[in-house]
Amino acid sequence: MDIDGLMTTLGEQSFFEELQPEQMVVLASTAEEVEYGGGIEIFDEGGHADAAYLIVEGAVALELHVAHRAHHIVQTLHEGEVLGWGWLFPPHRWSFSARTLEPTRVVRFDAAQLRAAWEADYELGYEMVKRFAQVMTSRLAATRLQLVDFYGNAH
Amino acid sequence: MATLIEPVVIDQMTPIPFKVRTVREELSHTFTLELEPPDGEFHFEPGQFTMVYAFGIGEVPISISSSASEKSSLQQTIRRTGAVTHALGTVIPGRHHVGIRGPYGTPWPMKQARGRDLLIIGGGIGLAPLRPAIYHALENRDDYERVVVLYGTRTPDDILFETELRRWGDRDDITTLITVDAADRGWYGAVGVVTRLIGRVGFDPSNTTAMVCGPEIMMTVTAERLMEGYAMAPENIYVTMERNMKCGIGVCGHCQFGEKFICVDGAVFPYTEVGHLFDIKGV
Repeated sequence: MDIDGLMTTLGEQSFFEELQPEQMVVLASTAEEVEYGGGIEIFDEGGHADAAYLIVEGAVALELHVAHRAHHIVQTLHEGEVLGWGWLFPPHRWSFSARTLEPTRVVRFDAAQLRAAWEADYELGYEMVKRFAQVMTSRLAATRLQLVDFYGNAH
Repeated sequence: MATLIEPVVIDQMTPIPFKVRTVREELSHTFTLELEPPDGEFHFEPGQFTMVYAFGIGEVPISISSSASEKSSLQQTIRRTGAVTHALGTVIPGRHHVGIRGPYGTPWPMKQARGRDLLIIGGGIGLAPLRPAIYHALENRDDYERVVVLYGTRTPDDILFETELRRWGDRDDITTLITVDAADRGWYGAVGVVTRLIGRVGFDPSNTTAMVCGPEIMMTVTAERLMEGYAMAPENIYVTMERNMKCGIGVCGHCQFGEKFICVDGAVFPYTEVGHLFDIKGV
């Protein structure tokens, strides 16, 4: 997919709302669209985090490998959600594995290029870090609720 | 004063024996009783509850989980949590009776919601009191715009009414999504809290009535998400409360929740009436 196609795809996602066209060009220039079949591992827990992902279509399970147990699904991510931020901070390792639950289309951003672009343009970098921080906060809050007995003792 | 209310109270405090038609195990600790009204008919509105009496053991408030249009029987979905509910789980179909008082309480706002989107959100066994509302919406489908059911529970093994949820999920006129808190490979559905499903469905927040039932923390978080994330007005968000209901008729005070008696002022409330009470510790 060419850069115009990628910009169109990104422009349809709320995560990129209200970014300037020139900022979108920078982001799209680090990206490519990738399609996976169902049951495919996109990245592996503990592996080098070299990309950021945006799910355009499909669903992805974040899995934690627990010794002597099956892979434990921590959360699933769906259309319009960003996948992974292990690439953002050293040591750039994935905390979870990501596996597609069904045929899935993503936009994959090259992490090194993305970090370099944000270092070169602090305004863009700050804006994107704020957006990722919002996602992290929201996911952390959701995870906290999963830890309490959210569905116990009702009626 | 006593002479004015005493005859009414005595009448309303007398359980009527309903024959147990079936007992269906839903989950490991949850079962549904199908009961036969002695006079052949039982009338209620979606969201109402009854006081269910295990003869010689005690009485508990239980939400009705069947369709209000099915008047020849009554279903009550019960979790085994104490002596009474355990006893109710041992009844023998065709042989035993349970005592029923009611129906009591306020209903889901099915009439007020006509012409609007319905967003029905259940957590755990909280789906049971919502099921009559879902039945009503499906039986009167033209009365409503979009109908959305979102359901969250602990694990895939804890999905209540799973067959029905799957059946609704196959229909074009209702959107049904399920999520669980934890799962292993083999589960191909969503994992995460139920509020994360809200963003995946289409509804018009300015023309939506939300009906939410589950533990209080789940209802609070869901209502806040609808108000803050989707600008829904709190008066269009309804929750159903449970407290230690004893008399069911607003006399004993066991179910007092702030200035409300859950059994007569609720159990279904607009969030405007009870939302502020969720924030007060010990209420």
